Amino acid sequence: MSDTTTKIIKAGLKKRYAKEKRFRFFGLMSIVISFVFLLVLLISIFSKGWSAFQQTYVKLDVELNEEVLGINKFSNKDALFSARYKKIIKNSLKKKFPGVKGRKQKRALKNLVSKSAQYELRDKVLKDPELLGTTQSFWFLAKDDVDVFMKGNIDRTLPESNRRIKDYQLAWIDQLIAEDRLEKRFNTQLFSASDSREPEQAGLKGALMGSLFTMLVTLSLSFPIAVAAAAYLEEFAPQNNRWVDLIEVNINNLAAVPSIVFGLLGLAIYIGLFGVPRSTPLIGGLVLTLMTLPTIIIASRAAIKSVPPSIKQAAVGLGASRVQVLFHHTLPLAMPGILTGTIVGMAQALGETAPLLMIGMVAFVAEVPGSIMDPATVMPVQIYLWSDSPERAFSERTSAAIMVLLAFLVMMNLIAIVLRKKFEQRW
Amino acid sequence: MTDLIGTLPGMVKSSLESEENKLPVVETRDEFDVEISGTIGKPLVQNAKMSSRNCDVFYGDKQAIFNINLDIGKNEIIAMIGPSGCGKSTYLRVLNRMNDTIPICRVTGEHTLDGEDIYAAEQDPVLLRARVGMVFQKPNPFPKSIYDNVAYGAKLHGLATNRSELDDLVEASLIKAGLFKEVKDDLLMPGTGLSGGQQQRLCIARAIAVDPEVILMDEPTSALDPIATATIEELMDELKENYTIAIVTHSMQQAARVSQRTAYFHLGKLVEVNDTNTVFTNPEHKLTENYITGRFG
Amino acid sequence: MPIQTLLITLIALLLFSFFIGSKRSIAVSSVRKGRRNLHSRPNYYGFMVAIWAGLPAIFILILWSVFNSSIVTSLTIAGLPEGMQIQSKDELGLFINEIKNLSSSGNIESESDLVKKDAAFHYQKLEEISTLAKTTLVFVIALLGMLFGRSLVKPETRARNMVETVVRWAMIMCASIAILSTVGIVMSVLFESIRFFNAVPPADFLFGTHWSPQTSMRSDQVGSSGSFGAIPLFVGTLLISAIALIIAVPLGLMAAIYLSEYASSAVRSFAKPTLEILAGIPTVVYGFFAALTVAPFFRNMGESIGLSVASESALAAGLVMGVMIIPFVSSLSDDVISAVPQAMRDGSYGMGATKSETIRQVVIPAALPGIVGGILLAASRAIGETMIVVMAAGLSAKLTINPLEAVTTVTVQIVTLLTGDQEFDSPKTLAAFALGLGLFVITLMLNIAALHIIRNYREQYE
Repeated sequence: MSDTTTKIIKAGLKKRYAKEKRFRFFGLMSIVISFVFLLVLLISIFSKGWSAFQQTYVKLDVELNEEVLGINKFSNKDALFSARYKKIIKNSLKKKFPGVKGRKQKRALKNLVSKSAQYELRDKVLKDPELLGTTQSFWFLAKDDVDVFMKGNIDRTLPESNRRIKDYQLAWIDQLIAEDRLEKRFNTQLFSASDSREPEQAGLKGALMGSLFTMLVTLSLSFPIAVAAAAYLEEFAPQNNRWVDLIEVNINNLAAVPSIVFGLLGLAIYIGLFGVPRSTPLIGGLVLTLMTLPTIIIASRAAIKSVPPSIKQAAVGLGASRVQVLFHHTLPLAMPGILTGTIVGMAQALGETAPLLMIGMVAFVAEVPGSIMDPATVMPVQIYLWSDSPERAFSERTSAAIMVLLAFLVMMNLIAIVLRKKFEQRW
Repeated sequence: MTDLIGTLPGMVKSSLESEENKLPVVETRDEFDVEISGTIGKPLVQNAKMSSRNCDVFYGDKQAIFNINLDIGKNEIIAMIGPSGCGKSTYLRVLNRMNDTIPICRVTGEHTLDGEDIYAAEQDPVLLRARVGMVFQKPNPFPKSIYDNVAYGAKLHGLATNRSELDDLVEASLIKAGLFKEVKDDLLMPGTGLSGGQQQRLCIARAIAVDPEVILMDEPTSALDPIATATIEELMDELKENYTIAIVTHSMQQAARVSQRTAYFHLGKLVEVNDTNTVFTNPEHKLTENYITGRFG
Repeated sequence: MPIQTLLITLIALLLFSFFIGSKRSIAVSSVRKGRRNLHSRPNYYGFMVAIWAGLPAIFILILWSVFNSSIVTSLTIAGLPEGMQIQSKDELGLFINEIKNLSSSGNIESESDLVKKDAAFHYQKLEEISTLAKTTLVFVIALLGMLFGRSLVKPETRARNMVETVVRWAMIMCASIAILSTVGIVMSVLFESIRFFNAVPPADFLFGTHWSPQTSMRSDQVGSSGSFGAIPLFVGTLLISAIALIIAVPLGLMAAIYLSEYASSAVRSFAKPTLEILAGIPTVVYGFFAALTVAPFFRNMGESIGLSVASESALAAGLVMGVMIIPFVSSLSDDVISAVPQAMRDGSYGMGATKSETIRQVVIPAALPGIVGGILLAASRAIGETMIVVMAAGLSAKLTINPLEAVTTVTVQIVTLLTGDQEFDSPKTLAAFALGLGLFVITLMLNIAALHIIRNYREQYE
């Protein structure tokens, strides 16, 4: 190489290395930016949601006046059940804050405690009728506005007209706080109650059970079908067969069909043609099965493919039929991989929302579903429903629901990772 | 010597076949279990272009090359032979710092090009690789046109200031690589469309377009048919007028045909270096003799 | 008998069949030199009998369940007084629904409308008959099957082969479900779309620029005929998808390059799964994030610099969607980049190219077809994405390409048209299926093209 060539190259080097550095920096930045997005997303949700795991309770002295209630301890169950507990709550509030005038203020006073207070009181009396005629102190759920205020989400320095809690309400709350009658506790309601129009009463149990039933349907259909399909395609399918090629093309395409289209299929075929009841975990599971099939099939095929042929040949050599080889050797050895794929597929299904909107799982369901035929909603749809509600308290609960959902997803993926690590075999 | 080489083809073929499973040949029979203590023959020369002293190479914890001392003389062709896994390719990649691209690889010892330490901190691997070009086992043209393949290095290094200079450079390189006549009408066709032998000559043209001082060839003909191989061998003969060439080869005939000196590697050690004639007619080391007579490899 | 009890009894019957099958096989065989002269192991005879007992019965059960509802309904209608039957289809459907609700509510007696009451009783009776007939038929078939299967148990019967044939056919059927689902998708969107296009000319749908599907119930109201020009929806979809791709493609590609070519293995083993988390987050979470955090952020930022940004801007939805697709692009790019042979990189390094020169001038051009395929798949995903746009994009169909304005998308409209109160046959509901058809066709073409390109690319380097 002549010296001039060397010189030319040397002259250009600085610029080229600067370019190199820049390129590398862009690469690093892309990753950093992605991570920042992830972080912002998680922080924004966690910071909004963590407070929903606490709920404000208010202590009231209730006088279980038999006259007001119109019952006594000898009344029958029906009478006890339908007595006027609402009045009792109201009276106790009135007694606490005498001198409240005007309809507006009276209504505001009533709205310090949740509407569920009367039912809680009813349940307590039903459990122990001896309480009648006495005055008791009970903790009741506070109304969502009080809860929002207690969590510091209402700025009392704002002008009165701009906040949801007026000055007189503030005075009540301050008094209650001073008397230790307002308290934040762990929100068991969130996990023990079903959906409700009242934010403070709304819980996730219905959605969790709905998700559980839907996942059960999905799992019990998609797992056997996917494993059978994968086993057929890997072990039995003839080469260069049109039908088999068609199946393969279809599986690959189904994996990329927009999820909402599966919802349309569910609506037109399952509901319209076969009359499967809408809004139920059954129909949800049927639709999600079709969506998870490609994922599980593809993972299972990879797992089955990785079983070394030598083992299968050894079994065939001992006189086993192909079906016996499949069930005795191939499937057990491929099972960790198949299970990993199944969990990943189920995690996808657990987070899926769009197709379920099409098949009526978006309805408001206040009861906890007891079987796969009951109307139900699922976690992600519950999140969607709550996120649509205007109340401030619902936005906090939405974030909390997301946290619960993410916790489930993280758990499932961890199981998948552990499974893969533990049973990963290099042949 | 002619007699000896005449008997070789069959053995060479079998050595090529064993290449496919890429396992190092470990012979335990007594006659091959010979101690290798230092290099015998003439590893050092007067007018060295490149030289290595006390060269060790490690892949992670595993040592791949043990204490190699070797000079490569100016304008000579030196052939490196030896069984698979003996470290000859690894050593070749030491000479233009290609091993830098493998994270776990570590090279020690002193290596010079015209007396400059090529592993010195101020030495630039980019410049070094421009000066020490490389041709690989499998022809690896870029997914670009023939013209762009040859112009690649020149463009990178800014060796041509305008289009016509670049045209001239491409033409000259293709002529030197003996490919111009065949492709002069198809310069804009993709380089991957050529035949294997043409592709390899394209890679040689690509390497000489940046005007290197040394060309390293890593089994350049192992993927080619005999006719293409002959063309490349002729080309090497012409190239040695201007370049210093180090070639790793599995074919002992090729080593005998093209090189002035031959180095025999065994299990990461340099066993014997000598004039090619001497190595093939009168090997000093038992292992060398066993290898060239086809007892293993 | 309710369906659960029926199924449990059937399963018990199958277990019993298995048991008697294997017992029978041992009984009919003779023992020579310690070996029975059976063709197959006894449990295969058990399986054979269970299959004979179970398969036909389950087949009947499925058929019955599928057609039960339509037959009972039509019989109920047939039993209605003359005057009711000439009602329009919609009214009749409504009436039948009321009757179904009535009979499932359990207190038919309290109904005041006599016609309804009679019909409800009739319906209930038909249901009862149907259930009874179903139960009887299923059990008779199952028992007959079991007896027939048992009679087949002989030493020379090739029970294993029979069982395995059934297993193999079952597997083929499972695999064919993939085809069935595609057929189902095509049928469900196609038929309803054809009905839609009977009411609305295809040209109006494909080339119309005005979308307001809110048809009124009565024909004399203003704006009684909705307009179904889908152009604004498709433009909105493309706008949001384009924003998403503009964000996801460079970031995803550069992230993949950095991870596969530069990052140390420690960084890679941390960064790759972390990036994958983005893909594992449910879309509804992204939608919530877009609507509650990103969109207000853009609006406030726009306000502070004097730009009017819609609170449901395409930018916010597109940005969040882009973030969601990053791991998708990066993992696909990673695959194709690592498929580029090392020899090609070596060739470039051997010429004295720097790493970035090698990547930009050799690796990327070599991987380009694969990358393009990956981008097409990402585009298909962006176009079909629903929850983010449902929660963060607008509802009104505005024909604009300004990313700061609110646009609506195909998927948003499908959801809006099909949730809430719906009349099954109105053009408004059917329009959702026509949109679904368009969505399916577009994404299908993108997928097929992408998979084709990627497969050819893989073969090139194999």
